[in-house]
Amino acid sequence: MRTRKSPYPYWFVLPAAVIFTVLFLAPTIASFWFSLTRWDLFTTQFIGLENYRQFFREPFLIQGLVNTIIYAVLTSGTKTVLGLLLAVLLTSGLWGQGLLRTVIFFPVLVSTIGVGITFSVLMHPTRGVINVALAAIGIHGPGWLTDPALALYSIVFVDLWKGIGLATVIYIAGLASISPDYYEAARIDGATRTQMFFRVTVPLVRPATVTVVTLSLIGGLRSFDLIWAMTRGGPGFSSDVLASVIYKQYQAGFYGLSTAGNVILFLLIGLIVLPLTAWFNRKEVDL
Amino acid sequence: MTMRMTKCSILAASIMALAAGVAHADVTLSVLIDTNPESIASFDAVSKAYMEKHPDVTFDVEQRAGGSEGDNIVKTRLATGEMADIFQYNSGSLFQALKPQETIADLSDLPSEAGILDSFKKVVTSPDGHVRGLPFGPAMGGGIFYNRKIYADLGLTPPKTWAEFMSNNEKIKAAGKVAVAQTYGTTWTSQLFVLADFYNVQAEVPNFANDYTANKIKYATTPAALRGFEHLEEVAKGGYLNADFGAATFDDGMRMVTTGEAAHYPNLTFGIGTVQQNFPDTLKDLGFFAQPGTDAAKNGLTVWMPSALYASAKSENLEEAKKFLDFVGSKEACDLMAKAVPSGPYLVKGCELPKDVPPVVSDMLPYFNTDGHNGPALEFLSPVKGPALEQITVEVGTGIRSAKDGAALYDQDVEKQAKQLGLPNW
Repeated sequence: MRTRKSPYPYWFVLPAAVIFTVLFLAPTIASFWFSLTRWDLFTTQFIGLENYRQFFREPFLIQGLVNTIIYAVLTSGTKTVLGLLLAVLLTSGLWGQGLLRTVIFFPVLVSTIGVGITFSVLMHPTRGVINVALAAIGIHGPGWLTDPALALYSIVFVDLWKGIGLATVIYIAGLASISPDYYEAARIDGATRTQMFFRVTVPLVRPATVTVVTLSLIGGLRSFDLIWAMTRGGPGFSSDVLASVIYKQYQAGFYGLSTAGNVILFLLIGLIVLPLTAWFNRKEVDL
Repeated sequence: MTMRMTKCSILAASIMALAAGVAHADVTLSVLIDTNPESIASFDAVSKAYMEKHPDVTFDVEQRAGGSEGDNIVKTRLATGEMADIFQYNSGSLFQALKPQETIADLSDLPSEAGILDSFKKVVTSPDGHVRGLPFGPAMGGGIFYNRKIYADLGLTPPKTWAEFMSNNEKIKAAGKVAVAQTYGTTWTSQLFVLADFYNVQAEVPNFANDYTANKIKYATTPAALRGFEHLEEVAKGGYLNADFGAATFDDGMRMVTTGEAAHYPNLTFGIGTVQQNFPDTLKDLGFFAQPGTDAAKNGLTVWMPSALYASAKSENLEEAKKFLDFVGSKEACDLMAKAVPSGPYLVKGCELPKDVPPVVSDMLPYFNTDGHNGPALEFLSPVKGPALEQITVEVGTGIRSAKDGAALYDQDVEKQAKQLGLPNW
């Protein structure tokens, strides 16, 4: 049995292969190596799996892990549902549709750090606009970012505000690709609007759903910048996620340890996202 | 022969021309300092004086963040060989983590080293015994700022024991004022009650630092050491804090205690620089006392050494950098800094603060002038300091975690640092 001959000669592959090796393969392998060492940026010392042992003994790892999963599931779930609903709204021939689309997409364009800093000012417990407004109508607003029970959810809210536009735009593209014939046929069959949404729209935007879920789940799992700008994982450790735990190890100068954390994060994302995509793809074939 | 003579003289002439060219060439020294107003004012003072004497030297000053973010900038730039010619960084345990014998130039042969106090030289000496830094700024005390106006209005006196401090807090609270400002929005400020208590810890357990480094003694199981964490808890539980303690920042804290929005603010005396810059009019209302302990007779101040200026070992202008640093170590430069930033004693022999220092400075000087009333902070006696202390003290200070739990957690955090440093017994 002969392997199928590639249409390209091997030297054609070479430039891309060099770039891939130098920029992607080598750093990945190097980071696996560094995760097995005690590394202070100046010297390395091989210590086997000690960094991983240390990482899993880390008292906040469990909380960081749980927070990471809460954060990822909440943001990606809400983005999927609200993104689809908003997309339906914004393709329904509404007055001022173009403007509304721009408004919902606008936060995507703004720098995450900028958004984080802005919202941490707005959410200041005594001087922030949100609590000042609440006080005006007689409600004593909570410490959005300083109450350990609330901090993570406040960040989730801001993440949604910032990220939902992207999900909506992907869904708008998905909706546009559905042929009007399906709706016409459904209407002739006497389907209600709700039936059309669940029986026609939802199944036919599946490719968009797959994209939104995968992207937002990966984004949620490795989310860092917004959390760092808003609370730095605090108060205490209550809004720490894996990425911020890792960053703190890096700040403390435990470079080997934080690299081990990165390898763990890499594996975690792989373990969650790969089976999910495989499952989605299988369903798509069934369709 | 003539030929050779000519060749030689041409060679000699060109070498001389080259040498002259070098001597007259303008040198720009790159400098990396932090954003603290005190650092900037100190550097301005010495660099201006130096440029007047050496018109061929200019400085290219770059600023960096402080705290652990700053640590990373410094470490990364040293490791990659991209460090500025001259840089400012902490002395003590953080300095040791820079691999100073490889990355920082040896300054032990500078003439000015003779005038620098031994207590400072000790905290910038690399393991191979060479002095590598010069003091930049005054020594600092860790303790409690207080508002002198509130104290005068309520007839209070600066406390010498923790019990007195708490009773002052009660009176201030009863008068409807914020007794203690806390600023957990800037997390490092949450550590002060623990770190500034070290003088008191050592008064009770004299060998704490050594035993701690050798893993023989722990925070959670040593009552004297645990007390710092308990203080945090008591102050929070007593309801003495400002309403926005979770989000307020260091600048807020200095503002509150200076303008009388709060009566106390635990911090390092370098906060005086911030007040001088932002609230020069109310500087006279600011006072300072050491963190009170259990025994009034043993009251004393926990002292932080100033940061240092270092020269990168890889600097291309090393000779010029060393000449400038030699000037920084001189009494002349020290007098200039003492005039610009009179917030604490300087560590150069004969260098004194101006006579008309603000009260907050004169409050702290007695601790320095009397022997046995000050002692170095733990980070100058032991390389072991856990990186998560500031998060843990925020948790204890906001009531998320109890003092005992917080201390136990810190003991666990410290273990990681000790292992990373490869200390024995851990």
